[in-house]
Amino acid sequence: MFSSKKRRPSLVRLSTGCFTVDRDGQIVASTLPQAFPLMQVQEIAHRVLKTFHAIQEANLPLTEIIVNYSALILTARELRGGAIVYLSTRSLAHTVP
Amino acid sequence: MAACNKILLLDDDEDLLDLYREILSRLPSKPQIYTALSGARAIALLESEPFTLLLSDLSMPKMDGLQVLAIVRRKFPQLRTAVLTAVPDEQFRARAYAIGVDIYFEKPGTSQEIKLFLDCIESLLGQEVHGAFRGVQSKSLVDIIQLECLSQSSSALKIANGVQEGKIWFQNGEVIDATARDLSGEPAFQKILSWKTGNFEILASDPERPRTIFKSYQGLLLESAQAFDEAQAQAIAEVSNSDSTASEIAERSVVASISRFNGVEFVLLQSSEASKQTGSWSVENPEQLGEWTKSTLQTFRELGDILHAGHVGQIEGLGLQRHVAIASQANKELCIGFQRSLSVEQIRSSMKTILAEYVC
Repeated sequence: MFSSKKRRPSLVRLSTGCFTVDRDGQIVASTLPQAFPLMQVQEIAHRVLKTFHAIQEANLPLTEIIVNYSALILTARELRGGAIVYLSTRSLAHTVP
Repeated sequence: MAACNKILLLDDDEDLLDLYREILSRLPSKPQIYTALSGARAIALLESEPFTLLLSDLSMPKMDGLQVLAIVRRKFPQLRTAVLTAVPDEQFRARAYAIGVDIYFEKPGTSQEIKLFLDCIESLLGQEVHGAFRGVQSKSLVDIIQLECLSQSSSALKIANGVQEGKIWFQNGEVIDATARDLSGEPAFQKILSWKTGNFEILASDPERPRTIFKSYQGLLLESAQAFDEAQAQAIAEVSNSDSTASEIAERSVVASISRFNGVEFVLLQSSEASKQTGSWSVENPEQLGEWTKSTLQTFRELGDILHAGHVGQIEGLGLQRHVAIASQANKELCIGFQRSLSVEQIRSSMKTILAEYVC
């Protein structure tokens, strides 16, 4: 009854993978799929670095942050001024902590 | 007579829109069907007139379905939303539900699936008209209790508020008993009524349950309402008073209670609207920590919007000296320092209890 679409714009998938970013915000290495938009990776990197800078300014000796979203878990570890960031998608089977 | 339901169909394929329109026209409630070929057009239509249901595709150019739904959920919280997609993907399903859609359909392919699809849509529309499931969910606990009593029900109402749990027993429309943690009877009933959010479940009645509450349900609800009004009036009066207030003292007591949790090293509780700290314990520089808490929550909230990853539940920070957890709930922001020896799971468990018991 239902026909398939003639053209199918792709949806941006949240991906499981990790990437490293240096202290200048440059993405050094990534295991994320190429389909995952670079702009979003850079946005994540920018916010993670900003957060680690804010952590230093607030005199909080934290080296790792875990952000629990409804559909994603973002884990970032401080790495000599840069960071390594892990993204892990959450399926419906997971429960939000 | 109930107002006619209006469904807005969003898909970038005109042929499919025609097909959906044809199929949805078979619905017994005979809703009016509107169509939009783009997210922008759909939002413009939703702004121009009220709709009952938005049925959206996911894969669309420029603005995809998740983006549209994220905007719609925020701008039109009462609108029912459903996804109808050919993307059979667990992740998109999870993300759609994380955004808050009511139902996620994969495009039906057989006449049986079409029938089920139509039944679901009819049910969604019916809920709006008759105020059933969602109507009850969105009602206060007082409304639910009144419904049970007015229907002369004999049942047990189980209410969960985070990790807290309570039960209220009804016998022939009268409240006969209640329990909440270590409380029972009227104090438990009042305690349960002080919970502003939660889930409930109606269980079978327990005819053997001894009666400990003898007041009428109207009397019990009136007492609760009076206590609530008095607390509110007191709070308003105290806000207008610029000196140290009783509400501040109450907040300090909350902070003190949190500080007694296992492994807690410091506590900061602040309003998410004002920059003013509500209270802190064992924090060297509350202003600085408050600012960091606020900006970190804001940073990751914005990132969640960009990624369509849903609501930020909680953020944990791990360090060599101590761990920190921050969360936002009920217009309050909480930052707690924990001993380094605690595991992430222990921190999550403590935060869950704290948020449920003290930040609501």
